[in-house]
Amino acid sequence: MRAARERVAGSVANFVDERTGAAKFLKKSLNKVFPDHWSFMLGEIALYSFIILLLSGTFLTFWFVPSQEELIYNGSYVPLKGVKMSAAYASTLDISFDVRGGMLMRQIHHWAALLFLAAMVAHMMRVFFTGAFRKPREMNWIFGVALITLGIVEGFLGYSLPDDLLSGTGIRIAQAILQAIPLVGTYAAFFAFGGEFPGLDFIPRIYTVHVLLLPGIMLGLITVHLMLVWYQKHTQYPGPGRTEKNVVGYPLLPVYMAKAGGFLFIVFGVTAFLGAVASINPIWVFGPYTPTQISAGSQPDWYMGWLDGLVRMSPPLESHIFNHTISWNILIPGLIVPGIMFTGLALWPFIESWATGDKREHNLLDRPRNAPSRTAVGAMAITFTIVALINGGNDIIATHFSLTINQIMWATRISIFVLPPLAYVITKRICLALQRADRDLVLHGRETGRLVMLPHGEFVEIHEELSPEEAWTRTSHEQLAPIPAAGIDANGVRAKGVLKDRIRARISKGILQEQIAKPTAKDKLEIGDGHH
Amino acid sequence: MSNKELEPLQDPGLPAHAHRKADHDEAAANRAERQVAILFLLSALGTVLFIYSYIFIENNLYIYIPILGNQHAQQLFLGLGFAIALFFIGAGAVHWAKTLMSDTEVIAERHEMRSSDEDRAAFIATVKEEAGAVGLGRRSLIKRSLALSLGLVGISPLLLLRDLGPLPEDALNKTTWDEGVHLVTDPGNRRLRPEDLEVGAVAHVLPEIEHPEHRSLNSIAKDALLLIRIRPEEFRLDAEKLSWTYQGIIAFSKICSHMGCAVALYEQTTKHLLCPCHQSTFDVPTGAKVIFGPSARPLPQLAIKVDEEGYLVAAAPFNQAVGPSFWERKK
Repeated sequence: MRAARERVAGSVANFVDERTGAAKFLKKSLNKVFPDHWSFMLGEIALYSFIILLLSGTFLTFWFVPSQEELIYNGSYVPLKGVKMSAAYASTLDISFDVRGGMLMRQIHHWAALLFLAAMVAHMMRVFFTGAFRKPREMNWIFGVALITLGIVEGFLGYSLPDDLLSGTGIRIAQAILQAIPLVGTYAAFFAFGGEFPGLDFIPRIYTVHVLLLPGIMLGLITVHLMLVWYQKHTQYPGPGRTEKNVVGYPLLPVYMAKAGGFLFIVFGVTAFLGAVASINPIWVFGPYTPTQISAGSQPDWYMGWLDGLVRMSPPLESHIFNHTISWNILIPGLIVPGIMFTGLALWPFIESWATGDKREHNLLDRPRNAPSRTAVGAMAITFTIVALINGGNDIIATHFSLTINQIMWATRISIFVLPPLAYVITKRICLALQRADRDLVLHGRETGRLVMLPHGEFVEIHEELSPEEAWTRTSHEQLAPIPAAGIDANGVRAKGVLKDRIRARISKGILQEQIAKPTAKDKLEIGDGHH
Repeated sequence: MSNKELEPLQDPGLPAHAHRKADHDEAAANRAERQVAILFLLSALGTVLFIYSYIFIENNLYIYIPILGNQHAQQLFLGLGFAIALFFIGAGAVHWAKTLMSDTEVIAERHEMRSSDEDRAAFIATVKEEAGAVGLGRRSLIKRSLALSLGLVGISPLLLLRDLGPLPEDALNKTTWDEGVHLVTDPGNRRLRPEDLEVGAVAHVLPEIEHPEHRSLNSIAKDALLLIRIRPEEFRLDAEKLSWTYQGIIAFSKICSHMGCAVALYEQTTKHLLCPCHQSTFDVPTGAKVIFGPSARPLPQLAIKVDEEGYLVAAAPFNQAVGPSFWERKK
C-alpha cells in the first residue's frame, strides 16, 4: 500500500521534473526558512482576506446587475415592493433576500473588505515601526503603499455598486472632488459620469473597474510583493543566534505550510462567522438612491472616514480668479493633504536613509524603541489620521456623547495641528525611557521583590540577572552616530551644496543624537554581580 | 576610549532546542493526533449543518436570538455551518503543525542582494557591447525619433477615452427652472399655493414637467428646492433678494453648495439648514449664508411669485449654477 503510494508520487515527480527541471528549484524552495512571529501574520491576514474577496466577489457577480436603468421592484422584500429603483439596487436586494446564502456572501464580502484594509494597515505599521522597509526592501514597501491606495479605492467602488441612498451620496461627494480639480475637473467629471451627475453610466463603469481592472492590478502587485519576500528572505527580530547574515525559523514544508494554510481557513472561518451574525451595510434600510434624499448620520467605511473627517473640518475657503473658481475647501482636504500623506509614505525609506546616512542592507528588525524618531514620526501620522477619523464621525459622536457638532469640529480643527507634534514628543520620550529601562535591566537585572536584611541592618532587594539571551536581545542593536556637518574645509572654502549638507546634518542630529548608550561588556563587568 | 570599552555583549547563540511532550511520549503524540482528528470532524459537522440549512430551512423563517435580535434563520445557520466548517479545518491544521510536526528551528544563510563584482562588471560590459552594436550612442536620429513616437503613441489611448462623455459646455449652469414654471411637491407632484405652507413649515419641491414619471435623476440633482416659510419681518435680505421671496416664503436650491448632498435637515427654532454630509450650516433669514462648516457659498436662492391662479411659480431662472463648485463657475 505504502510502496504503491510512493511509486505514484515518484512517477508524478519524475514526469514534472523531466519536463520542467523543477526538482532543483523545488528542493531548495521546500526547505526555505521562514522566521516565526505573531506580527508576521498581519500580512498573511491581508493576503487571505484578498483571496476571500476574490471568491465571494465572484459569487456576487453571478446575480448582480451593474445597471442604473430604472425598474419597479417586485422581489420578496415587502417594504420596497413597487418602488422605482435602479437594476443595480434591485439585484442587490435579490441577492440579499432571494438567493440562498446571498446575504451571507454579501456580508462575508463586506467584512472581508474591512478586514483586508485593516490587515494591510496593521501590516504596514508593523513594517514601518520595525524598519523592515529599509534596504533592500524599499521597492516592496512602495508596492505595499500602492496596494493600500488601490485597496481604499477598490473598497470605495465596491460599496458604491449597490446604488443605495448611502453609497449614492458617497458617489456624489467623489464627483464633487473630481469636479473641483482646477482646469480639467469639470471635463474629468463629465467623462467619468458620461455627462452630468448621476447619469446612467457610472455604476456599469465602476463595476468593470471593481471586478476586473483593480483586482487584476492588485493581484499582479501581490504576486510581485510575495516573490520579493521570497527572494529577499524574510526579515527577523533580533535575538540570540540571529544575525544580519542568517535567517532562523521553520522550513516551508511541512510546518510553515500547515500553519499558513490552516490560518487561511481560520481567517475565512472568522469572516464567515461575522457574515453570519453581524449585519453590515443593510442597504434595504437606506432605500434606493435619489439626489434629493439623504439619511442623517451618513458614514463612509472606516478606511474612508479620515478623508471625510478632513473634508468636514476644512475652513470655507474658495477663490475666484479671472472668473474661475478654485475650491480650496475641497482640494486641500480631498486631494492635496492625502496626496502629500501617501507620497510621503511611499518615499519614507529614502527619506530615512537620506537623513541617517545609512545605506546598508538590513535584515534584522529594529525594536521600535531603538529607533525613537521613526517611531515618533509614525505615532504622529497615526495621531493625525485618528483625529481626522474622529471628525469623520462627528455627527455620531455628537449624538452619543451629547456634544455639539461645533464643539467636536473646533476641537479636531485645533487638535489636528496640536496633537501630532505632541504625539511625536511624547512617543520619543517613551522610547528613550524604554531604552533606559533596557539598560537598567541588562546592568542590574530584574527586580524580584525579595528583600534581604544584611548583617548590619541594611535592607536590599535581590535583583535577578537576565539570561545571556535576554541581555543580548536588548543590546544587539547598533546605535548610529549623527552625520557630521560637512561644510567649510581647511582652506575656508565652502563646499558645494553645503546648505543641503547642513540641513541634513541638522536633521540627522535631531534624529540620532539623543540615545541611551546601550550597555557594553565593560559596563557589565564593572557592575559585577552586586545586589543593586 | 579603547575598543574594549565599546565592545558589546556576546551573542550567546541559538538556545538549545526544547522538546515538546509529544516528541518523546508516544501517548502524548497519540492524544495530539486524536485532538487534531476531532477538530477536523467538527469541521465536517459544520458542513452537514450548512447543507441541512440550505435544503431544509424555509426562506421566510425568522428566529429570535438574544442580543442579535430577530434573525433570518436560513442565513444565520448557513453562515454558522460555513464558519464552523472552515474554522476547524484551520484549527486542526495549526494544532497538527504545533504538536506533531517538527518544531526544530533551522538556520539558513543569507546572501547580499548585490551581485558579485565580476557579475556586475560583466553585465555592464554586455550592455555596453550590445548598445554599441545597436549604435544607439551614435545614431542619435533614430534615438530621438523613437523617443518622439513613443511619447506620441501614448496619446492614442487617452484620445480614445474622449467619447466617455459629452463636453460640459453650459450644462452645469442650467436647470429646469424658468419664469412661470410651477413648483410641485416632491413626492406628490401637486402644485402649491402660499397658504399650503404655514409659518415654520418646509416643503420639498421640484419643477412641474409634462411627464413626471419620466423625471430623470440628472434633472432632480439640479432642480430640487427647499421651500421655507418664516415671518416676512424676520428676513435680513437686500432689496433684490427680498423681492425674490413671497409673503415670507423663500426658495433655496436643496443641493449643497459644498459637495452636492441634499441639504435636508431644517431646524425650525434656529431657522438653520444643515447638510448631513459635512455639516455646512446655512442661516435661512439671511439668505442661507454659511454660518458653520466647510461650504464657502450660500445656497442659491430662486426668485418666486404667484401666477394669476394663485399657484407658486418661479419668477426667473437661477442666477447662478447650483451644486458644488467647479473651475468654470462664475462668481
